[in-house]
Amino acid sequence: MEWETVIGLEIHVQLATKSKIFSGASTAFGAAANTQACAIDLAMPGTLPVANEEAFRFAVMFGLAMNSEIGKRSVFERKNYFYPDLPKGYQTTQLEEPIVGPGVTNIELADGSQRAVRLHHAHLEEDAGKSLHEDYQGMSGIDLNRAGTPLIEIVSEPDMRSAEEAVAYLKKIHSIITYLGISDGEMSQGSMRCDANVSVRLKGEEKLGNRCEIKNINSFKFVEKAIKVEAERQIEIIEDGGKIAQETRLYDADKNETRSMRSKEVANDYRYFPCPDLLPVILDDDYIETIRRTLPELPDAKLNRFVSEYDLSSYDAAVLTTDRVTADFFETAAKVSNEPKLAANWVMVDLAGYLNKSDTKLGECPFTAEQLAGLIVRIKDGTISGKIAKQVFEGMCNGEGDADSIIEARGLKQVSDTGALEKLVNDVIANNPAQVQNYVSADDSKRPKMLGFFVGQIMKASKGQANPQAVNEILLKKLNEQ
Amino acid sequence: MHTKTIAQLADALRSKEITSVELTQHFLDRIAALDSHYNSFITVTPDIALAQARAADERLAAGDTSPLCGIPIAHKDIFCTQDVRTSCGSKMLDTFIAPYNATIVENYLKAGAVMLGKTNMDEFAMGSSNETSYYGPVKNPWNTNCVPGGSSGGSAAAVAALLAPGATASDTGGSIRQPAALCGLTGIKPTYGRVSRWGMIAFASSLDQAGTLTRSAEDAALMLNVMASFDDKDSTCVDQPLEDYTATLNDSLTGLTIGIPEEYFSEGLHPDTAKAVQAAIKTYESLGAKTRSISLPHTHLAVPAYYVIAPAECSANLSRFDGVRYGHRCDAPKDLTDLYKRSRSEGFGDEVKRRILVGTYALSAGYYDAYYNKAQQVRRLIKQDFVDAFKDVDVILGPTSPSPAFEFGSKTQDPVAMYLEDIYTIATNLAGLPGLSIPCGLVDNKPVGLQLIGNYFAEGKLLNVAHQFQLATDFHQQLAPATA
Amino acid sequence: MAVNKNDIEKLAELSRIDISDEAAANVAQSISEVLGLVDQLQAVDTTGVRPMAHPLDAVQRLRRDEVTECDQREQLQAMAPATEDGLYLVPRVIE
Repeated sequence: MEWETVIGLEIHVQLATKSKIFSGASTAFGAAANTQACAIDLAMPGTLPVANEEAFRFAVMFGLAMNSEIGKRSVFERKNYFYPDLPKGYQTTQLEEPIVGPGVTNIELADGSQRAVRLHHAHLEEDAGKSLHEDYQGMSGIDLNRAGTPLIEIVSEPDMRSAEEAVAYLKKIHSIITYLGISDGEMSQGSMRCDANVSVRLKGEEKLGNRCEIKNINSFKFVEKAIKVEAERQIEIIEDGGKIAQETRLYDADKNETRSMRSKEVANDYRYFPCPDLLPVILDDDYIETIRRTLPELPDAKLNRFVSEYDLSSYDAAVLTTDRVTADFFETAAKVSNEPKLAANWVMVDLAGYLNKSDTKLGECPFTAEQLAGLIVRIKDGTISGKIAKQVFEGMCNGEGDADSIIEARGLKQVSDTGALEKLVNDVIANNPAQVQNYVSADDSKRPKMLGFFVGQIMKASKGQANPQAVNEILLKKLNEQ
Repeated sequence: MHTKTIAQLADALRSKEITSVELTQHFLDRIAALDSHYNSFITVTPDIALAQARAADERLAAGDTSPLCGIPIAHKDIFCTQDVRTSCGSKMLDTFIAPYNATIVENYLKAGAVMLGKTNMDEFAMGSSNETSYYGPVKNPWNTNCVPGGSSGGSAAAVAALLAPGATASDTGGSIRQPAALCGLTGIKPTYGRVSRWGMIAFASSLDQAGTLTRSAEDAALMLNVMASFDDKDSTCVDQPLEDYTATLNDSLTGLTIGIPEEYFSEGLHPDTAKAVQAAIKTYESLGAKTRSISLPHTHLAVPAYYVIAPAECSANLSRFDGVRYGHRCDAPKDLTDLYKRSRSEGFGDEVKRRILVGTYALSAGYYDAYYNKAQQVRRLIKQDFVDAFKDVDVILGPTSPSPAFEFGSKTQDPVAMYLEDIYTIATNLAGLPGLSIPCGLVDNKPVGLQLIGNYFAEGKLLNVAHQFQLATDFHQQLAPATA
Repeated sequence: MAVNKNDIEKLAELSRIDISDEAAANVAQSISEVLGLVDQLQAVDTTGVRPMAHPLDAVQRLRRDEVTECDQREQLQAMAPATEDGLYLVPRVIE
């Protein structure tokens, strides 16, 4: 029996507005508890919400990027439930008439094929506060700074068939929102959070199985792991003759397992109804078209352009366009050096490796794209070899300055001077008479391999700085003279 | 001095016949001496009142022209007042001190009016008799065995007992007009959105509207001139040009068409109330107005629709009272559910609980369409009745309340009978129209109210029509016994 | 529509209100009476009528994205029943 996993994602994205969706309190991350919770956010009696126009502009940008119909009339509703991080006792959200209607986006799969993932809808809503579970006189502490931060909830159709596809889709959404600049997309700070609806069925079966919702998964890696482990759990139950109970589950990263969230299982009846404190938001075509005209270049368009303009493979272009900062870094390096392929390599291999190893974000990289281009130019013009370039790059990562100053300071300039090289060659020939004798007596087919020994010795003697091409020429000439 | 209207007091202040401090002290003394009979105030604020009066006297001396400058008024305890308790008539908010002023409180402060204190009310404005207040019932100055009406019963009793020349109030289904009728006052509920709701504790957000209780239409015009404003803190407040409501008070009624809805004179209306209203119609005809019979066919559905919509909205509006950030919190909660349940059960009275439960029911899965959605559809039919009627008439006239003030306890065991008190006033809240009640006679020495309903934003017309009646009659000048 | 004690229990749970067993029957009866009143709505034909959530059919105004509120924690927490380190305290929240 072959099983198939069916996945739909609900992604919550915090919008990068300055103030909250219904109040003038700041949304800045990391402030002292409750210092950014104003009377409205605290649901003080008599306070009233007024909607933030920037939240709507951001939501429309997202809808346009997803090729969605924009809700020209959208309505806020109240979702009623009691929880200490929800001061009003209801969440203001959208249900029947959301700001963004159905849409679609494509994801690139590892085998080079594409899959279309349909968007069911996306709606605006307010975030809740946070419960802190450290011990405060035996109680929990409530911080409402986050309460009222604008969110868009992005709800996909169940169109993904593996954990890898789910991650590819999540990364695609991440790249769209960061390209648009409507969110910082920081999963570690909760700016982007993901719930996954997971079910399994036999391949070829059309009917969907009972699904479980895994709540609040907070990294790409955990999304993949959580879906995998949940699918395995469901398959095991069914294969043992059991049934899947539709429920909400929590992913425990330490144990790599999902477990039932019984506290959320108390039969909830959210009693949605239109919020009487807020009126329908009406957007006209002019407004929407103005936003459409000012949209930045999106990942798909950039990918295609990188392929045609810089002659990159579509895989490389996809890697480089995953996020806007990387794409911009590459493009600057490519333009300044006029060597797009070298630039692509350096960004994808060396730079990515360094960032990964040192756990640094590209934004905090100690050198600029222009400085990387400077390094590439020095390889191209023969000042340094590719091997030496790695040393220079290390220096740049250590913050030692640009390529030229590191080459200068460390004396790494390639030796191409014929006189100096001849001396090196002569020394090596003089010091290795036996090898020279072997070379001279060998037939032509064996000679190139034997040449490598001499080159190696010369490079070693020059500490890698000898120009390998020039060395080759001189060496051949000298050996032939023997 | 306390028998004078606001308009007369404004003249007295300007002619230096009296200072605001003297006037304020006079009313404070009356409250101290007499309010134990009526229980119309929850909180009296003598220090604040006198400080504001002193500031008003300085402004008057400097030539301030604002008519309310130096006039003492009372605020219904539903309006948030910075540094002064705002209880909303509930144990839940017995210790609540808002860190902000309601916009209307701010408007009166800017106009130089003086706050005497905060008036009693039905808990969270839910009631038609002022018997649901945590601070005890308010007594009707006309007959202290009877209710003053509700929910703005404290404001009405305070003005009728001449403890304040005017008071603010709020009206969700008749809470200004019904107490005005039962206490012999002029009460106006403006068009929904004419007055800011910021800082007015919400009962049912799509129905709540602030207004005033005074002893004349002229005073109501003066009070409303200050109360009405555009406020960008309230999304439902309408950006409509402000009018001077005193400017049109003296317009002639010749050519005015008054519609008399036949449904407002059906069974359930006290015959003597009907008589008084019929007599008022004759008065209007003598003033040059034409009257014609009209039909508002969905009138009988107003109370049913209201008792779905208002509880549904209140069930959500009152969820914020959870014992976490402010308000009543039970002792030693053993877990979260216990905290919620005991804090809310101890903090809310029976009527509030009943409405929360009804509203929860109307919104719950399986009932939403049959109740909430249906009620909102019927609401549109009710509004359409008025829209159609106003194609042919300028104002609509009828009784405010089916009968005069009733005795304490006579309806407390029968919520439906209590709800029917508002049978003539509720439709205007559902439609968002302005409505006004003025006294038009006495039955058993208790006042009868005449209701006038205007088209959207026609407050000026309503006050004009009321003022002309008051120029021709003296019902509004009759004072409750033992007040003078 | 009449409600019984079980319905009341469910409504009380949803709205976090405690209704004692003794009171439940009374509450059920008074709520049934109110529902009896509103049941008149069921007789009305409302086919094709748009529900009306707001009396004026008005449109939302949008606010400019500006931070207008400063830190007022001290003042806003002055009347909070239980706080520590700027946090509101509640009985343990169990996930």
